[in-house]
Amino acid sequence: MERTTLDLWVGAFVVAGVGALVVLALKVGNLSTYNVSESYQLQAYFTNIGGLKPKASIKSAGVLIGRVTDIRLDPQHEYQAKVTMSLDKRYQFPKDTVPKILTAGLLGEQYIGFEPGEDEKMLVNGDEVRKTQSAVVLEDLIGRFLYSKASSNSD
Amino acid sequence: MSLQPLVEIRDLNFAYDNRAILKGINMSFPKGKLIAIMGLSGCGKTTLLRHIGGVLKPTRGYVKVDGKVIHELDQEGLYAMRRKMGMLFQFGALFTDMSVFDNVAFQMREHTDLPEDIIHDLVLMKLHAVGLRGTHNLMPAELSGGMARRVALARTVALDPMLIMYDEPFAGLDPISLSVVGNLIRQLNDALGATSIVVTHDIQESLKIVDYVYFISDGAIIAEGTADEIRASEVPFVRQFVHGEIDGPIPFHYPGGNYSQDLRLRA
Amino acid sequence: MSIVNSLRTIGHRTVNAVWRIGFAARFFAMTLFYSGASFRRFRLTIKEMFFSGVMSLIIILVAGMFVGMVLGLQGYETLKRYGSESALGSLVALSLVRELGPVLAALLFASRAGSAMTAEIGLMKATEQIAAMELMAVNPIARVVAPRFWAGVFSMPLLAALFSAMGVLGGYVVGVVLIGVDEGSFWSQMQGAVDFRHDVMNGVIKSFVFGLAVTAISLFEGYDAPPTAEGVSGATTRTVVESSLAILILDFILTALMFGSN
Repeated sequence: MERTTLDLWVGAFVVAGVGALVVLALKVGNLSTYNVSESYQLQAYFTNIGGLKPKASIKSAGVLIGRVTDIRLDPQHEYQAKVTMSLDKRYQFPKDTVPKILTAGLLGEQYIGFEPGEDEKMLVNGDEVRKTQSAVVLEDLIGRFLYSKASSNSD
Repeated sequence: MSLQPLVEIRDLNFAYDNRAILKGINMSFPKGKLIAIMGLSGCGKTTLLRHIGGVLKPTRGYVKVDGKVIHELDQEGLYAMRRKMGMLFQFGALFTDMSVFDNVAFQMREHTDLPEDIIHDLVLMKLHAVGLRGTHNLMPAELSGGMARRVALARTVALDPMLIMYDEPFAGLDPISLSVVGNLIRQLNDALGATSIVVTHDIQESLKIVDYVYFISDGAIIAEGTADEIRASEVPFVRQFVHGEIDGPIPFHYPGGNYSQDLRLRA
Repeated sequence: MSIVNSLRTIGHRTVNAVWRIGFAARFFAMTLFYSGASFRRFRLTIKEMFFSGVMSLIIILVAGMFVGMVLGLQGYETLKRYGSESALGSLVALSLVRELGPVLAALLFASRAGSAMTAEIGLMKATEQIAAMELMAVNPIARVVAPRFWAGVFSMPLLAALFSAMGVLGGYVVGVVLIGVDEGSFWSQMQGAVDFRHDVMNGVIKSFVFGLAVTAISLFEGYDAPPTAEGVSGATTRTVVESSLAILILDFILTALMFGSN
C-alpha cells in the first residue's frame, strides 16, 4: 500500500467538493447567520397572513433576524392565524414591538417585518406579541384604489 | 488406468432454447496429460469448457473434477474449485485497465494474503517463464497479439492450477507466435504437473503437442485417439478436418429449402 | 395476418421489457449485496472515483461557470424591468442550488462518466474479461461493478456542489464585476433567500439520487450489452438517453416532494 498520484487527485477532488458545499452553506446560504446562533420562540396572531409561508424570513430594518416556523388557524382565538416565529437570540425586542406582514417588492415573497416599540421590558422565549399588522391583500387594495379614482400614472 | 482421472465427464447433455448442443458426451482426462478437444466452430467445444468451469449447468449427466460433481457444488465450493483451475480465453481477456504486472498479480492479490514483495517476485517469475519479464510495466494495449496471449498464459498459471483450460489458444496468431504458445502450453503442463485441456481447431499445431485428441461434431464425440491415430484415421469427418478438404461429410451449404423454390422459379 | 403479427411483436417486446426490468432490479440488488469489498478495500473505489469524479471536473467547472454567467446576464435583463437588480444574487443562487446545479451536473456526468462506464464494462464483457474474472473465482459484481457504483454515488454530490459554486462565481463575475450590480446586495439578498436546509441540502439530496440513478443505469447497460461492437455502442447511447430521462423525471418527483408541499 503506497500513496499514488491518483490518491492525490481524488483527495483534491474530495476537498474541493466539500469546500464547494461549505461555500454554498456559508457564503451562498444562510447557515452563517441563522442556524449556528441560538434562537427563541415568539407567537403572534394575525387576522390575515396573506401568502406568508413557513420558513419565510423575519426582518427588522431589513436585517434577517429569524424565520417563521409554524402557521396554523386557531379556532379558539377568533379564527385568527397563529404564527410561530423563531428569532436569533442576539436580537432582543421590546414588549410592544409590532410584527407586520410585508411584501418584498411589488410581487415578491411575503415576510414579517419587526417594528420595534419603546417598552422597557423585552420579549422572551414563548411570549405572545399583542399587536400585529396583517397582510395587505392585493384585491382589497385594488378595490380601494378603483373607488378612490386615483390617477393611473403610478410609475 | 490405475489413477483416477482428474476430470471425468459422463453422459453430458446440454440444451439451450430447446436446441441440443451437447449430446451424451463421455470423456476422461488423466492427471498430467495434455488433451485436445477439436471440432468446427460452434460444435459445442466452448460450451463443454464452460461446464467444466461450472458456468453452465448440464441438462443431464455430470462433470466431475477432482472427485466432485461440479454442478452440485454451492457458490463457495465452486469458487474454491475454480481457484484450482486456470482458463486461457480466446483472445487472452487481459484486464485492459491494469498493467501486465497487475494482471498477473490479480489472483494472488484476490485470493492470497501474500505480502507485496513476494507477489512482486512471483509475478516476475511467472512472466519470465513465458519470456516477457521485460513487459511488466506495459499496458495490455501496448502488447502484440502473441505477447498478450503469453501474458494471459502467465496469469492463467499464476496460482499453479491443477487443471488448465485453453479456449482457442492459437486463434489469430502468426506462425512464430503459434509455435511459441504451443511449446509453452506443453512446457507449463509438464513443469506444473497439471492437466491441460486445449479446445482448438488448429489441428496441425495441436497434434504436435497433445497426448490425446477428442473430435466433436454436432455435440457428440465422433473420434478419439492419440495424435498418430488421428492422423491415420479413416473416419470421413476427421479426414476432411485433418486435410482441410472442401467437400466431405461437412456440407458446403447451410441447410435451406428448395433452391428453385427460394428463387421463385416455376417448375 | 399482419395484425396478429404486430400484436405478437408488441407482446414479445412487452415481455422482454418486463424481463429486462426484473434483471435490472436483480442486478441492482446484487450490486448492493456485494458492496462490502468496495468499502473494505476502499482503494478500489478511490481508483474509480478518479475516473468518474476527477476526470469529469473540467467539464463540470467550465460548464458551471458559463451557466452562472448566462444566468447573471439573463437574470439581470429580466430583473432590470422590475427595478430589482439587487435580487440577482438570490436568483442566480436559488436556480443553481435547487435545480440547475444538480440537474445539469448530473446530465454532464451521465454523458461524460456514465457513457464511459457503460463502454468500459461492455468492452470487458465483449473481450471476455468478465468471464475470465468469474473463472478466477472473483465475483465481477463485487470487483468491477460495485466500486464503480459507489464511486459514482460519492462523486455526484461533490460535482453538483462544485457546479453550483462555480455558477455563483460566474453570476458574480457577470453581475457584479461586469455589469456593476451592488456587491453587498448581491451577497446579502442571496443569503437572505437561500436556506441551508431547505435549498442547499435538498440540492445535495437531489444530486445524490441522480448519482445513484445514473451510475446504476450506466453499469446495468454495460453489463447487459450484447458482447459485440454494435452492442456496446448501442448500450452507450441508451445510457445517455435513459440517464437523461431518469434525471429529469426524478427531478420533477423530488421537486414536487421537497418544495411542493408548503
